[in-house]
Amino acid sequence: MTTAKLPAWANKPVSRRHEKFIQAALFLCAALSVLTTAAIILVLLTNAVYAPGDKTAFFERVSLWEFVSGTHWKPTDGADARFGILPLLCGTLMVAVIASLVSVPAGLGAAIYMSEYASPREREFLKPILEILAGIPSVVYGFFGLKFITPWILKPLFSLVGIDLPIFNALSAGIVVGIMVTPLIASLSEDVIRSVPRSLREAAYALGSTRFDVSARIVVPAALSGILAAFLLAFSRAIGETMAVAITGGQRAIATLNPMEGAQTMTGFMVHASTGDSAADSISRMSIYAVGIALFVITLTINIISGWILRRYREVYQ
Amino acid sequence: MSSTDAVSVPSSGATSSPVSFISGADSSIRRRLFLSRVFSGLCRFVTYATLAVLVVLLTAIIWSSLGRLSPDFLYNTNSSNPTKAGMLAGLWGSFWLILFTAILSIPVGVGSAVYLEEIAKDNFFVRVIKTNLANLAGVPSIVYGILGYTVFRSAAAVLKVWFDGHHAFNIMGLFRIRLNKLPIYEDNVLVGALTLTLVVLPTVIAAAQEALRSVPSSIRIASLALGATRWQTIWRQVIPAALPGISTGVILSTSRAIGEAAPLIMLGALTITSMVPGNIDSPIELITKPSQVLQAPLDQFTAMPIEIYDWSKRPDPQDRFTAVAASGIIVLMAVLLSINAVAMVVRHYASRRLKW
Repeated sequence: MTTAKLPAWANKPVSRRHEKFIQAALFLCAALSVLTTAAIILVLLTNAVYAPGDKTAFFERVSLWEFVSGTHWKPTDGADARFGILPLLCGTLMVAVIASLVSVPAGLGAAIYMSEYASPREREFLKPILEILAGIPSVVYGFFGLKFITPWILKPLFSLVGIDLPIFNALSAGIVVGIMVTPLIASLSEDVIRSVPRSLREAAYALGSTRFDVSARIVVPAALSGILAAFLLAFSRAIGETMAVAITGGQRAIATLNPMEGAQTMTGFMVHASTGDSAADSISRMSIYAVGIALFVITLTINIISGWILRRYREVYQ
Repeated sequence: MSSTDAVSVPSSGATSSPVSFISGADSSIRRRLFLSRVFSGLCRFVTYATLAVLVVLLTAIIWSSLGRLSPDFLYNTNSSNPTKAGMLAGLWGSFWLILFTAILSIPVGVGSAVYLEEIAKDNFFVRVIKTNLANLAGVPSIVYGILGYTVFRSAAAVLKVWFDGHHAFNIMGLFRIRLNKLPIYEDNVLVGALTLTLVVLPTVIAAAQEALRSVPSSIRIASLALGATRWQTIWRQVIPAALPGISTGVILSTSRAIGEAAPLIMLGALTITSMVPGNIDSPIELITKPSQVLQAPLDQFTAMPIEIYDWSKRPDPQDRFTAVAASGIIVLMAVLLSINAVAMVVRHYASRRLKW
């Protein structure tokens, strides 16, 4: 009679302590993410709100009211320094809204097309293209916006109506960020659209619906919570988008909602401030932390709302 | 695409058709079908417009790089002269960064995923970790840069002071241990890699979790039923079965760090350096100069996306840096594309052996 030969490790005695040790190590890996969040919050708070020791935090020098309500952002180290976040907020909002105007129709249209219209072969070909678009680094989009979209598309278009568009403008920043987040909206929306059960579509077709009726009146409403969550996620991504905006948006922080002007965003300011040559504990350097808190809170809030919508309004099908 | 619509309109008018519509319904159906066709046309248009954008983007970049992209672009370091500027320093900087990012993020990321998918019970703390991971994935990468600047860079600054060749420790009044001089920079490769690790970790964990989830539970149950412990099941059965998915997902999510510039700029990574970490500027020197290899992680660096940012922004009366930036982008995209190709090959070969 022959017995199957066991590998050597199978005969090793099992140590309970060994198992416990490995599980503890794996737990520590997972707990690292909580530590990261705690560290981010701690770093932002200790440099912006209250600094222990002999350092002075940003809000110990600049009042919170001035930061929230001021309409001028001049983070120089002299007496004329002004720290009102409104200009940066305007720039950020403008870029994010333009990006949404570009990416929401494009992303949703692509999602509907890929799930409702495209043949499997066409889908196989379109999906990797969206993945490539999503994988292109942010600096590349920045270059594309500054060196192609502004001089070759926007400038000629605006010169037709007699407007001289500046090189750095919020419009090109918004357009490139819109292109960047389109794949995100498309893939997230397509996932929820595909999870709408076939029976709903078939029932609608049986009742005489056209494809438009099925897409717009059955499938999209059924997937609405997921689509909305995708929009919000993309909006927060657009707010946090950095390099493309830092390249195309320019360095002027002005409180305007005119997309034809240059617009420094919150992220753009942080990049420009850290490439500048100000001392490490100067007030202009410390203002990065205050802007960082604003950015962190805004994006986190939108992400949490997005997750809440997804959980709260998810349609569960049998 | 098949253009069959659910309602077919009788072509020769309502009267001769076997289906009789009440008066006025015919035009309403025609209107609905027209709407449907317009809508499908619009959807197809925006989908192919994104494809067109990709083509335009690549064409614009290749067009801009013409005349500048040449082999010497890969052998030269950066320069303020656009005809001499090259990407050698950025290539090596990115190489060291991604190497250490992978070394740091892959074990921790896969470990977290294994814990969350295989070991964790559904208790309060695990729910906190999961919610936290979902939120961390949405934190803008520049915020990690602030964290890295404040924590990792400051830590490197402390080490720099300790290892400046003047420090000695008194141990209980008996020994004096003099620390060797070690050239450490505040903005070194390790600081950058630690920061990038935090940036990519949530996506690495998510990718590994996805791969682990796709392993059928029958494998775990069978292994446990045969008397294997939980860890033996994970290590001998689940991880090998999930390996194609884990490796592809982890390679792809780690490679995103190559294109990240924002956190590195926050750290104060140099934009105009012509320096290669550890002075290693050819692959052979990785073997022939071991002492410099050890020096590289503590050296200053620049990275490909940082150089591209610098070239894109640099004012030049004849706009000659545009071509340099475009050449840099082509090199960066070629690197990213080859990593993606490696991931595809890994997936192809590793998944061939697995069948269930």
